[in-house]
Amino acid sequence: MTAFLIRRLGFAVVTLFAVLTLVFVLVRIVPGDPAQVILGDQASQEAIMALREKLGLNRPIHAQYLTFISGALVGDWGTSMVTGRPVIQEVLNVLPWTIELTLISLVIGIVIGVPLGIAAAVKRNRFTDYAARIASLLGLSFPPFVSALLLLLGFAILLPWFPVISARSGSATAWFQSITLPAINLGLITAAYITRVTRSAMLEVLQEDYVRTARAKGVPINAVIIRHALRNALIPVITIVGLYLGILIGNSVLTEIVFSRPGLGKLIVGALNQRDYTMLQGMMVIYTLVVVVVNLATDIAYGVADPRVKLK
Amino acid sequence: MSMTDIAPAPSRLRYIWNATLRAFNTNKTSWVGLVIFVIVVFLAIFAPIVTPLDPLEQNILQKLKPPSAEYIMGTDGFGRDIASRLTHGARISLIIGLASTVLAMVIGSAIGMLAGWKGGRTDILIMQAMDVLLAFPSLILGLIIVAMLGPSMMNIIIAIAMTSIPPFARIARAPTIAMKEREFVDACRALGFSDMRIVAGHILPNILPEILVMGSLWLANAIRTEASLAFIGLSVKPPTPTWGGMIREGFENILDSAWLVIAPSAAILIVIFALNLLGDGLRDAIDPKLKGES
Amino acid sequence: MSAPTQPTAGPVLSVRNLTTSFRVDGAWRSVVEELSFDIGPRETVAIVGESGSGKSVTALSTMRLLPPANSRTEGEILFDGKNLLTLPEEEMRSLRGNRLAMIFQEPMTSLNPVLTIGFQIAEALMYHRGLDRAAAEAEAVRILERVRIPAAASRINDYPHRLSGGMRQRVMIAMSLACRPQLLIADEPTTALDVTIQAEILELIKMLQDEEGMSVAFITHDMGVVAEIADRVVVMLKGRKVEDGPTSQVFKAPREHYTRALLAAVPKLGTMQGTDQPAPFAIVDQASGEMIAPEPRDRRVDPETRPVLEVSNLVTRFDVRTGVFGRVSARVHAVENVSFALRPGETLALVGESGCGKSTTGRSILRLVEPVDGTVLFEGQDVRALDKAGLRAARQRMQMVFQDPFASLNPRKTVGDAIAEPIIVHGLADATGAKRRVAELLTRVGLSPDMAGRYPHEFSGGQRQRLCIARALALKPKLIVADEAVSALDVSIKAQVINLMMELQEEMGLAYLFISHDIAVVERVSHRVAVMFLGEIVEIGPRDAVISNPAHSYTRKLMAAVPIPDPDRRKARRGLSTTELPSPMRKVDYVPPPRQWRDLGNGHFVMVEQ
Repeated sequence: MTAFLIRRLGFAVVTLFAVLTLVFVLVRIVPGDPAQVILGDQASQEAIMALREKLGLNRPIHAQYLTFISGALVGDWGTSMVTGRPVIQEVLNVLPWTIELTLISLVIGIVIGVPLGIAAAVKRNRFTDYAARIASLLGLSFPPFVSALLLLLGFAILLPWFPVISARSGSATAWFQSITLPAINLGLITAAYITRVTRSAMLEVLQEDYVRTARAKGVPINAVIIRHALRNALIPVITIVGLYLGILIGNSVLTEIVFSRPGLGKLIVGALNQRDYTMLQGMMVIYTLVVVVVNLATDIAYGVADPRVKLK
Repeated sequence: MSMTDIAPAPSRLRYIWNATLRAFNTNKTSWVGLVIFVIVVFLAIFAPIVTPLDPLEQNILQKLKPPSAEYIMGTDGFGRDIASRLTHGARISLIIGLASTVLAMVIGSAIGMLAGWKGGRTDILIMQAMDVLLAFPSLILGLIIVAMLGPSMMNIIIAIAMTSIPPFARIARAPTIAMKEREFVDACRALGFSDMRIVAGHILPNILPEILVMGSLWLANAIRTEASLAFIGLSVKPPTPTWGGMIREGFENILDSAWLVIAPSAAILIVIFALNLLGDGLRDAIDPKLKGES
Repeated sequence: MSAPTQPTAGPVLSVRNLTTSFRVDGAWRSVVEELSFDIGPRETVAIVGESGSGKSVTALSTMRLLPPANSRTEGEILFDGKNLLTLPEEEMRSLRGNRLAMIFQEPMTSLNPVLTIGFQIAEALMYHRGLDRAAAEAEAVRILERVRIPAAASRINDYPHRLSGGMRQRVMIAMSLACRPQLLIADEPTTALDVTIQAEILELIKMLQDEEGMSVAFITHDMGVVAEIADRVVVMLKGRKVEDGPTSQVFKAPREHYTRALLAAVPKLGTMQGTDQPAPFAIVDQASGEMIAPEPRDRRVDPETRPVLEVSNLVTRFDVRTGVFGRVSARVHAVENVSFALRPGETLALVGESGCGKSTTGRSILRLVEPVDGTVLFEGQDVRALDKAGLRAARQRMQMVFQDPFASLNPRKTVGDAIAEPIIVHGLADATGAKRRVAELLTRVGLSPDMAGRYPHEFSGGQRQRLCIARALALKPKLIVADEAVSALDVSIKAQVINLMMELQEEMGLAYLFISHDIAVVERVSHRVAVMFLGEIVEIGPRDAVISNPAHSYTRKLMAAVPIPDPDRRKARRGLSTTELPSPMRKVDYVPPPRQWRDLGNGHFVMVEQ
């Protein structure tokens, strides 16, 4: 287990460096001179030179790379070209909003998706199964901004139960009101995904020889499903849900925009529209960090769920 | 040994056709998906005939009209016919979706098969690179690539393809490894076949169904990603109609003209749902582990 | 072995007119038809049959473990006065694992990988005896000791992946015996195990049966195992009972043609004693029941001819990488210092148990895996020195036939294309020529030329193996490495394929390297035998010398473990032992010790034991 974790940790570090390098390269392969792009066609030669100096674009490429990497690691991600504030400050301001939304959605997804997936697998090719499959396929077909719009239209405009703009004040009711629709939106899509994954993992596991063994020794059917089958089915589910978190974070961008909710999504779209390159760079670093941490957490969960991992 | 119980040999084409038919029949919902998708393709191809109004022609006098006999889906903020914009928008969605999926499918499968076939360090290196790409939320990656390269159709295709390469590589790699461990690959090597012949002539045909089925599911994904990018404002430049762009524009008037977002939303949903039905049914049909009676 | 008892108190299990059907594509198809038999107290009844005979389905029907959605059972199964087929599910469940227990074929997959073995044994006690977990696990330790698992108390918290196949089957047996059942149903419990481990497990089952006084239904395809263990035999074919009776009667005087054919096809170790040449199987015509004896032929090999294959000091090792940086932490010494020669028209059998390196040896010769040392001379040419193109050319003349004929044919190519492809690739013929050759080859292996357009899944297992042989012959090879080539086939099919291989050998002067774990088959087909253990050949020599007068202690142990399909030659109690096959995995700095050989004359060599 320890060796497994050390290896995964090593892989996380490698991933982090690779993505940081990718980010560094991506920002620099923009066609044309970034300074020119930022300042627009009308800018004077002096202004461009000054900006190039400020961005460090005149320095040799490896020096830029070293500055970027070491800065990224110690939390110095430069200052926003638009607001002039440190990028990390801007990111940390909205990060809790996104984390909150993602985690609550994930919980909703697991609470609905795992039992539904089990039920569909156990009642295979019967009504429960068909209903769960169609529902989850429908859920997966919704682009998250479309479902968000429909929720907004239905429960904030036609039935004004929730605010159109998810601002947050101190009170618990206001918090609840601001989080409900966005969390339901992402939560249901997540549930659709987890239902499918759980169903197919359960179907596979239910055909295993050891499930037959458990039945042959007279274990009651519920205990067979939960203790013998589900424990094994969770192993692939954990891996796939871990990978899915990346998609979930992407989906949160669209949800945040529709519900006018602060968060990384709004920040990144704002930075895109205003061509705030330092901000974009910082955003990519934070996304990478989040994903690497999530992957590591997935690996640990995987190691706990599967005793065979300890051997490797 | 009795040979009589063996059915007469079908020709190869007939065999493939029968297999496909069987796949559709075991899962009738795939038929629904296929029919809907074919209708959408038809509408997109014959857009100027089905919806004769010019999707770009502005008519301020007719702006924000609800659905009527003349404008069956109403008009948008510039007085343009929404039905025409939908059918023309379908072209953009389908072209971008198909092109990026095919691109990702070809490159991704080649990478995955290479990794699976070579194994060892090559495999580890390639798959770690893929994991790095996969580590990034695909929408964010697409968003940044389009933002960097500029929003043109070509760049959107590249961006979406880039985000879909790692999944295809994974999908192609696993069965390549499984095939490699089957004895027939050893038999091929023992018969003195070259690596290229084994991979292209023996392994590829065996894993192709899986890749094609994933392709139909990823086509749905690509169309969704394109719509999402367009909704954020990163797609083919206006006034060219895109579904995501139409929702973006309609969003401004959502309080009093809900049909502006409902029509394109429904269009996106129907296409993606149809493709998912199709792909899901086909996958069930080709996956022996999940097949009906076994 | 308990003496065949006349059931005094009525039978423990009584199956009456059992018919089990499955729904396939909407239609019901019966897999077991009108089957009736009894199992008396303390009695062992073997249910034997080839694949598709319905023997396993009978077991699952008795346990009611078939999926109710697409299966249907009719008739009566009386156990303890109750008809199991009409019992409410809850009552049936309270019998399973309690009064009625079952063990399965695949010990590797039949245990739950995420639960400790202690818990898996304790579970039945918790449900059926109402013990709490601590008490149940304490009892589990005692049961593990009874199935002779060393250091049982410390094994209780282990997960199944830490145990070998033989140990896992012991755990399975412990699990099924936890509640002291009246009837144990054992479905091919030793088929997946090596022969020495099989002998131990059979011994264990017999002994526990005596201790517990339970009845056993033993399902198997192996007539040797039947002779060894059963009081009575039920022979099944295509879902129906062919005949039943006391074991000795069925073996000595089979009433039905099928049984006679089946027994004739079973190779019996020791029947070839005193002969020095291979001999084909006698084939019993299943319709008339007449025995068609093979023509005696001279299959001697001229010891003066130049060997087609000379292997000397062959070494193949695999690195085991662990840790963060994938350092080589150990090596599997799969093949260690192996030398032998093989002449045209000769069959050399390579025997041994799993992990002994026999398959790796075969694959190293064709360089499907790369050896690290030694020389392989094929027709005088150094195979290890060949470049890629040279190797591909050399592989024309040395071919391989594998164990699983389905896995070794590409499912998406017609068999005609599969056989023609090597001919065309190597430029031996053009498309028309290849087509003609395919027709010839199909005919030669006993199939019809018009089958060339079919796909592998349209053929039966034996036919597929014939196809694989045809494909190997397409390149007119001189050497065929047959890696467990008949092991997966049913006995009657096995005999036919072996006879075909012998005919082809005679016709084309083929040399066979016959890799097999089945010593009774080996006795039939080979001129010479080499016994492998832990990557090394411990004994090699003429077949009769090695099998009848084994000189190495491992060879003796191996021969003693082979079950003999003759109830009169049932082995004396061996006493219980627990062997773990040692692993050929070694530390990186391991240097194999120098070996010495003793010459027993006539080409019979044995490794000197330390």
